[in-house]
Amino acid sequence: MTRLIDTIAIIAAILAIWLGLYAYAGDVAITSPWRTFAFAAELFCRRSFWDNVGATIAAFAMALLISAVAGVAFGLALGMRRFAGEVAEPVLGALYTIPKVTLYPVMLLIFGLGLSAKVAFGVIHGIIPVILFTLAAVKNVQPVLLRTARVLRLGPTETALSVLAPAVAPEIITGLRVGFALTLLGVLIGEMFASQRGLGYLIINGIEVHDVRMTTTVTLIVIVFAVAANGLMLALDRRAHRTSQM
Amino acid sequence: MTRSRRIVWTRIALVAGAVGGIELMCRLEVIKPLTMIAPSQMALELGRMIATGEIIAPAAYTFMEVGAAFVVSIVAGGALGALVHALPRLRRAVDPLLASWYAVPFFVFYPLLIALFGLNALPLIAIGVIFAAPAMMLSTLAGLDLVPRVLRKVARAHRLSRLQEARLITFPSAAPYLFTGLKLAFAYSLIGIIAGEFILSSGGLGYGISYAYESFENRTMYALMLFVLLIATGVNGLLHTWDGRLARRRGIT
Amino acid sequence: MLRGVTRIYPGATPVHALGPLDLDLARGEFFSVVGPSGCGKSTLLDVLAGLSRPTAGAVSFEGSPVRGEVPDGIGVVFQEDASFPWLTVRDNIAFGLRRAGTEPGDIARRVTYAIGFMGLDDFADAYPAQLSGGMRQRVCIARTLVLQPRLILLDEPFGALDQQTRLLMGDELLRLWRETGATVLLITHALDEAALLSDRVGVMSARPGRFIDFVSTGWARGRDSRIASDPGFGAITARLWAALRPESIKAMGRQV
Repeated sequence: MTRLIDTIAIIAAILAIWLGLYAYAGDVAITSPWRTFAFAAELFCRRSFWDNVGATIAAFAMALLISAVAGVAFGLALGMRRFAGEVAEPVLGALYTIPKVTLYPVMLLIFGLGLSAKVAFGVIHGIIPVILFTLAAVKNVQPVLLRTARVLRLGPTETALSVLAPAVAPEIITGLRVGFALTLLGVLIGEMFASQRGLGYLIINGIEVHDVRMTTTVTLIVIVFAVAANGLMLALDRRAHRTSQM
Repeated sequence: MTRSRRIVWTRIALVAGAVGGIELMCRLEVIKPLTMIAPSQMALELGRMIATGEIIAPAAYTFMEVGAAFVVSIVAGGALGALVHALPRLRRAVDPLLASWYAVPFFVFYPLLIALFGLNALPLIAIGVIFAAPAMMLSTLAGLDLVPRVLRKVARAHRLSRLQEARLITFPSAAPYLFTGLKLAFAYSLIGIIAGEFILSSGGLGYGISYAYESFENRTMYALMLFVLLIATGVNGLLHTWDGRLARRRGIT
Repeated sequence: MLRGVTRIYPGATPVHALGPLDLDLARGEFFSVVGPSGCGKSTLLDVLAGLSRPTAGAVSFEGSPVRGEVPDGIGVVFQEDASFPWLTVRDNIAFGLRRAGTEPGDIARRVTYAIGFMGLDDFADAYPAQLSGGMRQRVCIARTLVLQPRLILLDEPFGALDQQTRLLMGDELLRLWRETGATVLLITHALDEAALLSDRVGVMSARPGRFIDFVSTGWARGRDSRIASDPGFGAITARLWAALRPESIKAMGRQV
């Protein structure tokens, strides 16, 4: 019960800040909450809006798939090969902290404009945390678990499926959650530079033509989606960690 | 050769190999010069820009912004972290907010911030703080959480005042985690501000890259990109090494 | 002349953890407390030290009441590792003295003595992270003893150590007790340890903890672990277990 009250309180606080900003800066900076909600309802009826949503989701899904699959694969490989993992980890860590915006021009020059650039942006943002978390998960598997598997005379596949997979799953899920958010970020940024379609494009276009209402509304929709998705993944993350010892 | 040395050398070889590979591909025009110039040329151009002092103005602008965002983030993040830690009810309420913070694509606030603060450094510093402060906050919370409860008892057994306890026990105990927060705050400030400069700004290194890109001035663009890369890797690397050293001395894995 | 006397009538917490019970400690005696797990032994120590207040009853130390604050002259060694990981061994031990504003020369002398006494010479400038659990516990003991407390409370200080190390640490504890002339209260779950080291042993019941028996051992002051071979030792341990066994069974049944 108190959980609900707290959530409502936070949302109320955010709305209050929003109204405050609106009162201070006016229509040239931000649209009022009420008008935003109204416009959102209007947008949801527009075909063109859903076209843009579709474009974003298509790019996002592809980028997420690549980030997740390649990320987990690399993470597993580097985690299992101790030496390679130790060599690569700091390099990956360094790549993680580089402002990836500095790579955008390169990406655009390589991939041109359009879907592949968007997907590329998403992948360079999302793949690294997935790799790092997976790597850490594999590295931290307690040796005693593997010894137990040997004592029980489990074959390699059985060991992988019934002992290793559950042991590394929780941290991999955390990595995927972080990767999810970052991939979304990357795709949206990609749409800002490399596309004429998608939610990111709607935002940057809104900025350029001073359509404040559009910018505010699409921003809100994106945020709500991001937070909701993250919330879902958090719940998944927590459940996965409930039984782990970490 | 010891294992750790082998690891370091392999890493150097890996990076050198990658750079060398790119260099080769550029020279052989497998990568077209319009797409990317050779790393050696990037370095040369950067050297020239440093020598002529061309790079000083944008670099100073960016560093000023990053510095400001960094300082505000660690002070605000640390203070808020301590506050939230002391008030469990507030913490429970704020927890979901913090957990979703980094899922929000913050660049969407740029236009709003520009409309609020004008087209100067303030919106960018604000974005840097929005990005970096929560990381500091989370690290502070973790550090305070992990002060062993027994040390609180030791403080009382030595009859320390609350201020003494905070200064002599709580702070040193949480220090490694606070330093991690510092490290993250720097990285995020840099990322947020460079990204902001790139997207919507009129000054700084990020803007320089964006401008060069749109003017088809590849040499300048890549030189600046290299500069940002070196600064980011250099400073973050240094902070990371200190962080590791601090943690190891304390026995934190 | 000071008398390290305490009298306790602690009461219940929302979980009725302790008491009501009475306890008098004679000055300079080595007193152990044994009891089944969860019987409130640690709570007893907390109340005695002034770290927590009893719900009912009074605690006094050297004639003055203990009220929510740790009095001067009491030292505590906790069950968990309480060494400060950010200080070297030397700085750890000097911590309390520095806080008390002792002369630097005096500090150096006393710290060096404590380091020697506890056998930490080779590790004086190391950090706790580099030491084993037993050594860290020694650091904590040294940190306490260097303040020359008149009452030393120890809460299962050797819990994490192997049996052989425990026996040797027990000998060191006896040495410390003799040299400082302090009153010692040791909480332990190991009956043999209690029987070996103490002048008197208090047996606690299962939760809520009360004293159900006091056993005097009658050992000579200059004892060490070799009294394990004394026939009286077996008798004492047996008597402790006879009193403790039904309580232990009760406590175990409760643990789900």
